[in-house]
Amino acid sequence: MAMLKYEGVGITAMAAAVPHTIINNYEYTQYFPAEQVKEVVDKIGVYERRFADADTCSSDLCYAAAEKLLTDNAVDRNEIDLLVFISQTPDYRMPATSILLQHRLGLPQTCTAFDINLGCAAFCYGLSVIYGMMQSGGIRKALLLDGETRSKVYSPKDRRSAFIFGDAGVAALIERDPKFGISYFSLNSDGSRGDLIMIPGGGYRHPSSIETLKEKVVDEYGNIRSDEQGYMRGGDVFNFVIREIPRNIKQTLEFAGIGTDDIHYFVFHQANNFINSYIAKKMKLNPAKIPSTIAKYGNTSSVSVPLTIVSELRNSLFGERTLLLSAFGVGMCWATGIVPFVDCKISEIVEV
Amino acid sequence: MELKEFIEKLAEAIEVEDANILNESTNFRELDEWSSLSVMLLIAFYDEEFGKQIGDADIKKCVTVGDLFNLANK
Repeated sequence: MAMLKYEGVGITAMAAAVPHTIINNYEYTQYFPAEQVKEVVDKIGVYERRFADADTCSSDLCYAAAEKLLTDNAVDRNEIDLLVFISQTPDYRMPATSILLQHRLGLPQTCTAFDINLGCAAFCYGLSVIYGMMQSGGIRKALLLDGETRSKVYSPKDRRSAFIFGDAGVAALIERDPKFGISYFSLNSDGSRGDLIMIPGGGYRHPSSIETLKEKVVDEYGNIRSDEQGYMRGGDVFNFVIREIPRNIKQTLEFAGIGTDDIHYFVFHQANNFINSYIAKKMKLNPAKIPSTIAKYGNTSSVSVPLTIVSELRNSLFGERTLLLSAFGVGMCWATGIVPFVDCKISEIVEV
Repeated sequence: MELKEFIEKLAEAIEVEDANILNESTNFRELDEWSSLSVMLLIAFYDEEFGKQIGDADIKKCVTVGDLFNLANK
């Protein structure tokens, strides 16, 4: 059981960027009748989302968030020794987007930069990797950039995924400081469920071809997509999540030796409102402690946890706060983090 | 759980207003209230009421309310 513990490292500042184009989900009726759309939208609780335009990548959203963070906090760019970029929608298949961002943000060549490709649960992985590296002592400041343009991944003609996803980018500054207590992480994998959420085409198993680009009717409901677009077996994902997520949260709380009352905020991956309400009810959590952005930003994959912190907890993270972060997604891969926040500086969300 | 009680709870779970329209041989996919999202409601229903992990494939095999009842008691 991968249970990890770090001390004296934490997030000192955060910023986020979202595309300026707002999609009103009730009006997203190009391919489905309005009453059907309303039924789906009401159930998943995603009323608005942000869509990046054709020229805007995850990296552009992260760049805007990072510029805002560095400027607002007057950070010396020469002190950034590590940059990690989390995304499954990178600029290119190679090189790694993190390296391009190192240059674009004017960070020194002595800065370590690499990408993490993992999906919805990745923010906790990113934190864990950075906290671990920072404990070696050779890194002054680290920048965690987490961006996704999931609007470009899913078919608008597949109702099982057409109304859920949105785009956003987040930047988090991570520093060593004795004021931070212990952070706890549990990171998990189940590759036997690799086919629950997938883009089968365009990799090296099924390289891009005329065949992978063809739109096809894929089920009895008449949903249409190509093999280069993502699909999701929602029922099986849900079944997995309602069992494993409460269990993992309990394990991590036990590992930290605390209870749910000791947590100031539970920040869940914003998958859809149905799943999150169900988990909260099942675990008997106080709804006032569960910030949510699913209604206005939808599911932004790995960005949803940090975006929810920036959007909803901007005025709530003064003094010492303990946050529980929980996320799951493609893989399947799921993670729980219990992390201390001490006077975290959160910038206002910027529009790109 | 008896069939009658099961039907009442099932109706509530999948948001069918009048449980009396359901019986053992009802084809649940033909209900007006049925949609692709109902599968999620059913999975939550089995988890909550019976502590059972039911997947998409299990539900696909069911045709009638009676089949769903048997799935709960398996």
